[in-house]
Amino acid sequence: MCDSFGRKSTLRQAQDTARDDMAMELVERLLTGDRRAIARLITTIENDRAEAQEALAALYPHTGRAHIVGVTGAPGTGKSTLVNELAKAYRKRGRTVGIIAVDPTSPFSGGALLGDRIRMRDLSGDQGIFIRSMATRGSLGGLARATADVIKILDAAGYQTIFVETVGAGQAEVDIAKTAHTTIVVEAPGLGDDIQAIKAGITEIADIFVVNKADREGADSTALALEMILDLDHLSHLSSRGHRWRPPICKTIALHGEGVGAVVEAVEEHAAYLRESGNLQRRERERIEGELRSIITQEMARSFFERLDEAQFDSLIDSIIRRELDPYSAAALLLEK
Amino acid sequence: MPGKKIRVLIAKPGLDGHDRGAKVVARALRDAGMEVIYTGLRQTPEMIVEAALQEDVDVVGLSILSGAHTTLFPRIVNLLKENGLDGVLVLAGGIIPDEDVPALKELGVRGIFGPGTSTEEIVRFIREEVNPSAGSGHRP
Repeated sequence: MCDSFGRKSTLRQAQDTARDDMAMELVERLLTGDRRAIARLITTIENDRAEAQEALAALYPHTGRAHIVGVTGAPGTGKSTLVNELAKAYRKRGRTVGIIAVDPTSPFSGGALLGDRIRMRDLSGDQGIFIRSMATRGSLGGLARATADVIKILDAAGYQTIFVETVGAGQAEVDIAKTAHTTIVVEAPGLGDDIQAIKAGITEIADIFVVNKADREGADSTALALEMILDLDHLSHLSSRGHRWRPPICKTIALHGEGVGAVVEAVEEHAAYLRESGNLQRRERERIEGELRSIITQEMARSFFERLDEAQFDSLIDSIIRRELDPYSAAALLLEK
Repeated sequence: MPGKKIRVLIAKPGLDGHDRGAKVVARALRDAGMEVIYTGLRQTPEMIVEAALQEDVDVVGLSILSGAHTTLFPRIVNLLKENGLDGVLVLAGGIIPDEDVPALKELGVRGIFGPGTSTEEIVRFIREEVNPSAGSGHRP
């Protein structure tokens, strides 16, 4: 490997140039709304961010126009069906719609079964809608690593409202709140007592609550439990951070489209609130700061492991096994170099 | 570590409501490490091709038990071509009479898997035909 290094790197350079040319051509086509180019660029970004970096840089100036709506909640609450109905409602208002539907990758096989399109068949045939299914590929937190970049692609391609449906999430999958402008948390009756809702996490990230399947028994008590949490939250937030937004609770029967209009109104009101309160800029700044920090962390880790002395690494592991060294001291030794 | 994944669309064109076979295959491909987009029952050729385009799949697997393959498959294959997706590997499963097989192969349906095919055989076929490590070899 070492003796062919010189030749290999020349070849690599030629490949890099060809790759960049292809990526740039995709960007040009994407900006004209070419759906195949959009799909191809998403694949590139999912598979290898380094390869897509030039393309992302070129399309970045065209981003920042879309309103990003996150939809999260436990499995089976009806997220996909709700997104289907919301997309139809936004199309009626003349807005173009992008949908990113995330489902989990099997930690055992690395494969994934992505089934959210089953509930979105109504949206087929509409050129103003683009749906992409994504697997989490090992990422925790309810989204895939590349989801934020896929949002940028759909944003640059001109989709005005972008829905991001998370994996069936429960209590800790809150990445969506950092990614979306408006986060909808979908609940359904009969999924647990009200203590589940008070615990932490997912209820704290809601800008809008939807109690779906509202024709089922227990819908009223689910809504009531949420009201109670909001009363407590609202008081503590008011005193600590001066929040003015109280998440509305919308009851829907998404399967029949009932109550969806009120959810659209709530999203629009929240968007207006974000603009008028200055929270939009604050959230944008926080989101970009978080993104930048995470890119730096990833890049530093990558360059560290590229330069890692494997032999020393292995011998340090042996020392740790023999309890001659602890993992923190070993890491400090490696990082010193 | 990022890596390429084989993406497969499993679709059921036509009006029969039997998707057990399609689900078994979808599950087997998932277990073989592929990303499987399952679209459900009663898909029109237009819906299938639109999903294949948006999802940028390497493979489209069509399951059909209604006997309508002689009309639906040419339409799907032609629409794929019209959308620049001629490089996508098209497979068929379900009930397809032997006498129809040559015509479907001629059309560009590269793999045809009747009842009793093992899922391992389908996985092996896809892995041999699609080689993502060679930089999306099936693509123009």
